[in-house]
Amino acid sequence: MADLQRTVLHGLHLKHGARMVPFAGYDMPVQYPMGVLKEHLHTRDAAGLFDVSHMGQILLTAKSGRVEDAARALERLVPVDVLGLKEGRQRYAMFTNDAGGILDDLMVANRGDHVFLVVNAACKAADLAHLKAGLPDCDVGLVEGRALLALQGPKAEAALARLVPDVTDLSFMDVAIRQWDTAELWISRSGYTGEDGFEISVPDRFALSLAERLLAMDEVAPIGLGARDSLRLEAGMCLYGHDIDTTTTPVEAGLTWAIQKVRRTGGVREGGFPGSGRILKELAEGPARLRVGLLPEGRAPMREGTDIYAGSDGGAPIGRVTSGGFGPSIEAPMAMAYLPATLAEGDTVYGDVRGRRLPAVIAPMPFHPTSYKR
Amino acid sequence: MKYTEDHEWLRPEGDLVVVGITNHASEQLGDVVFVELPDTGKAVSAGDEVCVIESVKAASDIRAPLDGEIVEVNQEIADNPGLVNEDPTGRAWFFKMKLSDPSNLDGLMDEAAYKDLIG
Repeated sequence: MADLQRTVLHGLHLKHGARMVPFAGYDMPVQYPMGVLKEHLHTRDAAGLFDVSHMGQILLTAKSGRVEDAARALERLVPVDVLGLKEGRQRYAMFTNDAGGILDDLMVANRGDHVFLVVNAACKAADLAHLKAGLPDCDVGLVEGRALLALQGPKAEAALARLVPDVTDLSFMDVAIRQWDTAELWISRSGYTGEDGFEISVPDRFALSLAERLLAMDEVAPIGLGARDSLRLEAGMCLYGHDIDTTTTPVEAGLTWAIQKVRRTGGVREGGFPGSGRILKELAEGPARLRVGLLPEGRAPMREGTDIYAGSDGGAPIGRVTSGGFGPSIEAPMAMAYLPATLAEGDTVYGDVRGRRLPAVIAPMPFHPTSYKR
Repeated sequence: MKYTEDHEWLRPEGDLVVVGITNHASEQLGDVVFVELPDTGKAVSAGDEVCVIESVKAASDIRAPLDGEIVEVNQEIADNPGLVNEDPTGRAWFFKMKLSDPSNLDGLMDEAAYKDLIG
């Protein structure tokens, strides 16, 4: 465990009794004494504070100085409408490779004169290199000296508004710069839990005091990576490296909602991103396999790696679980798997759990309804 | 009470032993969400996997601590797996077994030895 990096809130995690684990090269809290189950439920019920400072914050500025040029340049790497993203708005995107696979998934925000990206911790070095190589007409910089907090849950707005009153005017996927004391906070109304909430980029020297001020509020509790995973899984969101990777296309992953019409066949800026041949073809003809939700019968979770079969005995596997666990809010096991696209919601398949084939029904996602402030 | 290196406790009760997992094991597992119990009447050998526990984090096994026969299981923990976290050494026992050779209990750790093991 040598050489694990620490976020600026590492000491705070220890002070709150966190159990730390290595994650993407960082020593991160997987849970606090409350435990994963209660942390999950607390986030759905009140507000949870997550340290996501390990994630990569990247600024993309066109050498011309025009945000349209940065947006247009980024479109060479993502199948997403970046140019149409208005100032102060954010959207989901993914870097694709020439085979149509996914190199990483990310958030893209238009911040007036530049584009701001948030990428996965494990991918940030590769993403930076990819951006620098692919966008010679832009300056690409990893943001140093800023922590990233996520405050999620139905009481997140009330909690944050005590410190930063003008966050209440932000809607889901809005981004804005707001002052807190003398700190400049980069706030977006978004998250990875399916709840209303905020992601807050804060200068390192203010991060501890901001986290402590929030945690001192009755409704706010610190939440670890364990509950972050069960929350996002209930919300039907992908975890890079598990549910999506270089072997899955955005279409197979069911992320077609993130590929706007202008980038599709017949659109004004059709194609022009890596793997566009395969991705546009899959959009037109449908993919051979699709990421779907599974609700196993009974209480036994179907974990990542569980083979899925069409029948209760015999036959070869038709797919495999990419994320699976127990959903504390739905009080039932849940999973995601890639299965033949010929199957439909409501169909029963079978997962091999410890040598026994247990039935699971293909179900719509999210498993738990989202509650964004639109 | 006797203890195994797999963090199980055994409590003699008449000519049976009651088996469960220790507080330490329960804390390490995290919130238990599913328990699969063995069939009663099943003959088991020491080391056989007889129960499955799934927590929010992972699946783990409970092994038969000694040779014998499973004579009773605690349906209450299958119905309410959270009990394993709430009262691991009390209400959340897993099964009762009749040992092939009750003197084998003497070979297991006592409480002091178990406390040394978990530090």
